Amino acid sequence: MESLLTSILGTNLLTTVIYCALPLVFVLTYALIAVLGEVKISAWMQDRLGPMRTGPWGIIQPLADVLKLLQKEDITPSASDKFLFNLAPFVTFMGSYAAFAAVPFSSQYIGASLDLGIFYVFAVGSIGVVGLMMAGWSSNNKYSMYGAMRSVAQIVSYEVPAAMALMIIVIYTGTLNLQDIIVAQGGGIWNWFVFGGPKADVVLASGRELQASWANLVFLPLFLATFVMYYVSALAETNRTPFDIPEAESELVSGYHTEYSGMKFAMFFMAEYANMFLVSVVASIAFFGGWQSPYGTTIGALVGVPWLSPVEEFLWLAFKGFFFVFVMIWLRWTLPRLRVDQLMYMCWKVLIPFSFGIALVVGFLVMIM
Amino acid sequence: MSYTDAFFYFFAALTVGSALVVTFSRSVIYAAFALLFTFLGVAGLYVLLQADFLAVAQIMVYVGGILILLLFGVMLTTRVTNAEITTGTVQGLPATVVVGILLGTLILLVSRATWNVQESLPDVTGTTTEIGERLLTTFLLPFEIAGILLLVAIMGAAMIARSTDKTKEAA
Repeated sequence: MESLLTSILGTNLLTTVIYCALPLVFVLTYALIAVLGEVKISAWMQDRLGPMRTGPWGIIQPLADVLKLLQKEDITPSASDKFLFNLAPFVTFMGSYAAFAAVPFSSQYIGASLDLGIFYVFAVGSIGVVGLMMAGWSSNNKYSMYGAMRSVAQIVSYEVPAAMALMIIVIYTGTLNLQDIIVAQGGGIWNWFVFGGPKADVVLASGRELQASWANLVFLPLFLATFVMYYVSALAETNRTPFDIPEAESELVSGYHTEYSGMKFAMFFMAEYANMFLVSVVASIAFFGGWQSPYGTTIGALVGVPWLSPVEEFLWLAFKGFFFVFVMIWLRWTLPRLRVDQLMYMCWKVLIPFSFGIALVVGFLVMIM
Repeated sequence: MSYTDAFFYFFAALTVGSALVVTFSRSVIYAAFALLFTFLGVAGLYVLLQADFLAVAQIMVYVGGILILLLFGVMLTTRVTNAEITTGTVQGLPATVVVGILLGTLILLVSRATWNVQESLPDVTGTTTEIGERLLTTFLLPFEIAGILLLVAIMGAAMIARSTDKTKEAA
């Protein structure tokens, strides 16, 4: 992918900038689709029609929303801390977008094939958390402040089970590199980690060989439980229902971005949707084979069209990511909100002990097998 | 000037600039938020030195842990209203003398030290595996001791938090 861009544009700054900006184009497009998905799916679940006036079946409603947000008056509350108030949306979005640098969109496109992969994704996520706190504090509004505090407390708590769940996969593969984790799951749907991981020896992208056999079926229940744990923690980390206490409309108006309007509000909104996609895509990379197709090969490879394979791989990854975003939307309109004590019970007394237990069992099995 | 040089000056300026804000800002909140950019700048410098694991660990520990704890501390100790905690200047003369001596010593040390300077960086692609292997072989004992120390610290913190809860119930 990089060599293709270089051959078109030559080795210069422009190539690098375009290469870095490709995920941004994708995230922006995805946000439009996800916003439409949210309104339409909620409408259908409640036996309504949803937006119907802009375009056929209202499908260009998100574009109209963007135009509206662009034209809206940008209000900065007079008692707010102006500098931090204006800085917060950028810090939050930076934190969400920076994580996409390590996400392999296909075997040919990855911003930075880091050996640190998962660790990096978790670390830069914390920058966005500081952004939330900045927004909550600088708005000088009690709803924003409480929203930000709840949100940060929740994200920091649920980072532990989420990281632990991914650590279980890392214990098995012995690498933090996301590209390696995907390559380990090649060759068909039964090799995905959610179904117990690879069943035959594989050579990872970094050249290391991972030995595996059908005995790996013992991992199936463990990894399946791990996936559920990761997904629950991911819901809490992105403040989605049933963990949307930080944005509980009945108590807090709309949480940390209560005072924001216009484009700055849109940036928070984008960061939230980007985060949703990020955790979905990490779930699909760690447990559902990332860009691997369920039948183990690509149509491009079968008919001998080499450029088709990366495109297909990208479509598979996008499809899996979208599917998990869809599940998040689905849950939002299905489940009621948890209480704060239930939220903390879930994290500290259910997810964390169980994830530690599974990590011990998987570590032991990896050692003896 | 290559890209690497440009990035070095960018990260150096970010680190020093935000560190100055941390030092001179009167508002504790501003200082805490400026610390975010100091940490990011230092992490950037680590990356330029090919210490990628250290850079990400820096962000994870300092931004994800310490900075957030710091912000929580500041926000929970002040009233949630706009009462701003500020720092003031006290003990002007003794402070100037002490800081002056410290600065002089540091400048002397930096100028006299023989720095082990390398012409080019060794060609390493990722330090994670190496660090992991060293931690679990050569440096296993210090690693385990650090682990036990942290565990004891966590349990101690939990005990302290608990005991205050009990006195409340008794009262």
